[in-house]
Amino acid sequence: MAQPDKPAAAAGRANTKKELPERFRQHKHVWVFVEQERGQVHPVSWELMGEGRKLADKLGVQLAGVVIGPPGPAVAEAAREAACWGADLVYTITNEILAEYRNEPYSKALTDLVETHKPEILLLGATTLGRDLAGSVATTLATGLTADCTALDVDADGSLAATRPTFGGSLLCTIYTLNFRPQMATVRPRVMAMPERVERPLGRLVEHPLAMVEEDVVTKVLRFLPDRDQATSNLAYADVVVAGGLGLGSPENFQLVQQLAGVLGGEYGCSRPLVQKGWQPAERQIGQTGKTIRPKLYIAAGISGAIQHRVGVEGADLIVAINTDKNAPIFDFAHIGVVGDAMHLLPMLTEAFRRRLSPHIRDRLAG
Amino acid sequence: MHVVVCIKQVPDSAQIRVHPVTNTIMRQGVPTIINPYDLYAVEEALRLRDRHGGTVTVLTMGPPMAEESLRKALTFGADRAVLLTDRFFAGSDTLATSYALASAITAIGERFEPVDIVFTGKQTIDGDTAQVGPGIAKRLGLAQLTYVSRVAALDLAGGTIEVDRRAEGGVQALRTRLPCLVTMLEGTNEIRRGSLPDALRAARAEIAVWSAKDAGIADVTKCGLRGSPTVVKRVFAPTPRAEKATLVDPAGAGAADALIAAMFAARPRLEAELATLVRGY
Ligand SMILES: Cc1cc2nc3c(=O)[nH]c(=O)nc-3n(C[C@H](O)[C@H](O)[C@H](O)COP(=O)(O)OP(=O)(O)OC[C@H]3O[C@@H](n4cnc5c(N)ncnc54)[C@H](O)[C@@H]3O)c2cc1C
Ligand SMILES: Nc1ncnc2c1ncn2[C@@H]1O[C@H](COP(=O)(O)O)[C@@H](O)[C@H]1O
Repeated sequence: MAQPDKPAAAAGRANTKKELPERFRQHKHVWVFVEQERGQVHPVSWELMGEGRKLADKLGVQLAGVVIGPPGPAVAEAAREAACWGADLVYTITNEILAEYRNEPYSKALTDLVETHKPEILLLGATTLGRDLAGSVATTLATGLTADCTALDVDADGSLAATRPTFGGSLLCTIYTLNFRPQMATVRPRVMAMPERVERPLGRLVEHPLAMVEEDVVTKVLRFLPDRDQATSNLAYADVVVAGGLGLGSPENFQLVQQLAGVLGGEYGCSRPLVQKGWQPAERQIGQTGKTIRPKLYIAAGISGAIQHRVGVEGADLIVAINTDKNAPIFDFAHIGVVGDAMHLLPMLTEAFRRRLSPHIRDRLAG
Repeated sequence: MHVVVCIKQVPDSAQIRVHPVTNTIMRQGVPTIINPYDLYAVEEALRLRDRHGGTVTVLTMGPPMAEESLRKALTFGADRAVLLTDRFFAGSDTLATSYALASAITAIGERFEPVDIVFTGKQTIDGDTAQVGPGIAKRLGLAQLTYVSRVAALDLAGGTIEVDRRAEGGVQALRTRLPCLVTMLEGTNEIRRGSLPDALRAARAEIAVWSAKDAGIADVTKCGLRGSPTVVKRVFAPTPRAEKATLVDPAGAGAADALIAAMFAARPRLEAELATLVRGY
């Protein structure tokens, strides 16, 4: 059990819960911002829909999705999908100037919508888009925003209890937004489990206009350059991840990690020092300041398991650690551990898996 | 050109330890550093100044000891430093912090020279929210350019800036009007060592120390704890896992097979899932 620490400095105020001011009393329902870009919904939106559903059920209120984008099938499709992931109703705002994400029109759209329809909780993904948007919207509304939450719950009195890591991940803290609405929170991709999708018709669709024209928007998008290495974006969503750390000793040894990932049809990642040394690009970093992963299988080789790494991998179903130091902290949260040399074990494991899975493996190059 | 860079002094979290019994943070003796992400903002600002001329002002809000971080920034080559410190600021969350910093930036613009660009880091390692930058931009009504990896063009006469911005699944090239706010992505540059003359100048430099009033803040209820809609209700250590890891013997030729067997024993569905994965790969 986690022991509540001595209350932090602010607790004095947190414990003298005041009445919610009259002007916020009408704020009801839980909203999830459905992040839709170039026809694709970011999966974090559905992860949040799962969380939002639980909060709405506890509060006995409705769950709404908010979809913003250009006119066309993408927004309508995202709205229909939102219902299948749990939304009771969906708000949409469509306009040509919303074709690509830009802060000004998107924050105007979301702020207006909140002011008109008054949610009590508003959740966004902690993506580059979600964080860019959430900060502006919260500032305009002068309400609280808790970033990068790892757990969301509602209290006995119906307040949102948002828990997030603090002090470089060494501790967790639970944050409340007192006396202001909506209570806003962002959550990183893969921190919450994906809920189950159930085919369902959309309950209600509410279209909202955007009171803005292109001439009002100062910022112009000159180009969008898609990432060349699409696989890096898959790392967070891979079912199998093999990662290497400083214990690999040299950049050349990293291919042992890639080969095992290849045989398993998975992705590879690394700890932060490898990025700092330039052995791997930043997109491969796993952990607090890198990607959060939730694979079915995570194999960590030569990684000590510092708290900043741990918080990025704890959602994995099965964690296997290979480390020469039997006291390495990774053995505190790995399910299976091997105290041994990664350079020796990785090739053996690759070979053994290749044999074991050979009936299923199509012809292809590993790594 | 006048650039303001917001930097924060933070505890070096790599060295923070949690007391094993009381679960409290052991801050004693933990050194403080300039938030590592802010160094990319400082360097980018210095490069722009070197190329286009002008001044770089570094700004921090914090306790009096945060002066150290400003002096450090001066050794890198910043021209001017402002420390915003007042007991009214204690306990600020992101909303209250961005209010105080935005007020100070307005005052800096009035007292010294108009501000063209405000830089912040992507996020801090203690607050870790990435929200203060957007908060400042909104309060000052500046165009907001977050997660910027490169300032591609700056046209001071025309009053425009072009940047590359890290977006989901790609990079956006954006053009906007000055003044604007840029939050700098990590790994985009490397902080310079600073020259000897800069170090000498920094040691002697006078740092402007401003109270809330000096920053033109009339309404202190928007600052600190009172101006913060969020409150921390409790702080606790992550729950340790109850069971220890199952250990597999690494010795001998069968070690790898034993390890695979242990994995499949722990998660009976794993073998079938792996089979599907490698087939679909
Ligand atoms: C603000 C902040 C954010 C951070 N964010 C992240 C993050 O997102 N992700 C992250 O990973 N880290 C992050 N870190 C860094 C983190 O604290 C650790 O320093 C880092 O995770 C350690 O990486 P490592 O395990 O690869 O290296 P080390 O800690 O050096 O561990 C190497 C391990 O390899 C083992 N080893 C050595 N030789 C062998 C061998 N032959 N075979 C097998 N094992 C061997 C050693 O026993 C050791 O346990 C962050 C730190 C800070 C301060
Ligand atoms: N107290 C502060 N003083 C100066 N700048 C700050 C302060 N807090 C945050 N910032 C700036 O805002 C950025 C984002 O901070 P945060 O929202 O805490 O992650 C940091 O990288 C700094 O550039």
